[in-house]
Amino acid sequence: MVGSNRLSSRLLFLYIPLLLFTIFLLFPFYWMLIISLKPNSLLLNMRINPLILTQFTLEHYRYLFTNTDFPRWALNTAIVTFGATFLALTSSILMGYALGRFRFRGGNLAGTLVFLAYLIPPTLLFIPLSQVVARFGLYNTYWALILTYPTFLIPFASWLLMGYFRTIPRELEECAMIDGASRVQAMWRIILPLALPGVLSAFIFSFTLSWNEFLYALVFMGSGQMKTIPVGTVSDLIRADVFQWGPLMAAAMLGSVPVAVAYMFFVDQYVSGLTAGAVKG
Amino acid sequence: MTTAPASAVARTTALTWRERVRHWMESEPVLAYLFMSPGWIILLLFMSYPFFLGIWFSLTDRMVGLPTGEFVGLRNYRELLHDRVFHLTVINTFIYGFVTVPFKLLLGLLLALLLNQVFPLRNVLRAALLLPWIVPTALSSLAWLMLYDAVLSPFSWLLKNWGLIESNIAFLGSRTNAIISLCVANIWRGTPFFAVAILAGLQAVPQELHEAAAIEGANAVQRFFAVTLPVIKGIIVITTLFSIIWTFADFQLVYVLTKGGPANSTHIFGTFAWQEGIGGAGKLGMGAAVSLYMFPVLAVLSAILLRYVRSQEA
Repeated sequence: MVGSNRLSSRLLFLYIPLLLFTIFLLFPFYWMLIISLKPNSLLLNMRINPLILTQFTLEHYRYLFTNTDFPRWALNTAIVTFGATFLALTSSILMGYALGRFRFRGGNLAGTLVFLAYLIPPTLLFIPLSQVVARFGLYNTYWALILTYPTFLIPFASWLLMGYFRTIPRELEECAMIDGASRVQAMWRIILPLALPGVLSAFIFSFTLSWNEFLYALVFMGSGQMKTIPVGTVSDLIRADVFQWGPLMAAAMLGSVPVAVAYMFFVDQYVSGLTAGAVKG
Repeated sequence: MTTAPASAVARTTALTWRERVRHWMESEPVLAYLFMSPGWIILLLFMSYPFFLGIWFSLTDRMVGLPTGEFVGLRNYRELLHDRVFHLTVINTFIYGFVTVPFKLLLGLLLALLLNQVFPLRNVLRAALLLPWIVPTALSSLAWLMLYDAVLSPFSWLLKNWGLIESNIAFLGSRTNAIISLCVANIWRGTPFFAVAILAGLQAVPQELHEAAAIEGANAVQRFFAVTLPVIKGIIVITTLFSIIWTFADFQLVYVLTKGGPANSTHIFGTFAWQEGIGGAGKLGMGAAVSLYMFPVLAVLSAILLRYVRSQEA
């Protein structure tokens, strides 16, 4: 009796709510997947249940690679993502170390400014920034995004790393410096390896944010061959209200896979990064 | 030793000079500014500079493709105040940014409390349910675009199949429907963010306190308000403020789902600024003015957030 009571309360208060959440949060992905695999002949037939996949085809994926610029968009996205992440991470490690480690006049102000920079959204800047990008001759080049993405990556990553650097005891590098290492050597050999989890979090976050970015990519690199996956998919695969749903969903799947995989591998770094960013500021 | 060789004196001063440089390079303020400079150069060039340039643009009639514009004072801002589409934009942004928040917060809190229980496959589920927030919004919005399709929507199909509706629902066909649809998609994307942030906060809730309260006879709801909530309050406030700021300044979800339509009735600041400044007429000045109308709200929210974070640190 007690056991069945417990089970029914767990069903009611745990498993059923969890099931509802799972359906709500994952259904769009399920839909994305089945449409990307569904033959066109079945897609428009509303007499059969659209939620079930009765036959499947890889035709939409083949179409994506042979009839569209998708491979090029993927290349563009990868170049921009790694370029921006590398630049942002290098600057942020230095910035985070300075903010977390050094005592200097203006340190608090610098920390506050970095925090505020994190809160300035791209929608506030993109119009004048498009003219800055054009004036520097960067329009429709990889540099347009490699140099502008760090504006939202650096504040976040610096803040995150600052927190990590602060948790490492000062005595460690002081010992190294007494033993004759310079400040930079102590940082490179002693402190950075200890802050590696933080660096990994910052990397995963920068990677995801760059891969997912849409507005700057649309405005600064939105024409011809230079589109990223999100921009190319949204603007080239939807033409004059004619939706090619199969290839669209296939592109959405493929464009989501790298971040989903990166995230599945590093979910703990992700969560700790998220909370360090959200909780500590 | 009154007659020290000149070369020795030179060597001593050379050494002290070198030492001085080395000492200077090791000094904390110098290194701090040196280390911060790459980051600050990027932020100054691509954030501060365009910010002030945007203020200047908003005071001109500058167009895409023309080298300069005429100074027009506050004309762009005034015209927007009399623009019906802009009025709708303001209303929509507040609905989209603020009305969705209680839903995201409550659902996120509930999900976090569920995921904090012990059950099989907990880690897998925790990872999977964060996906809406992880994948590119432009791409997941495409899935929603099809879920909301006037002909192909599976929601319409299901409801028709169950005999609840006669004909398909026009999810994006009218302003009211479209705004509700946008909000639902936004709640879908934002809920996991709240859930994961709150779940992390729940780890700090002392279990002994929970058990003690249970022994004292407090039920689960009482325990939540007395023990759990005080611990996660800080996270809730900060997560909420972040979420409002990001949603208020969103772009891609609305751009993909409605592009501001039907008849420009579902724009938010971001998409309307894009249409005015880049997409449609190319009126850079006007677009910049639309963006800058966000600034007061963002500034107030940021100030609250900053004060709150400070008070938590102290």
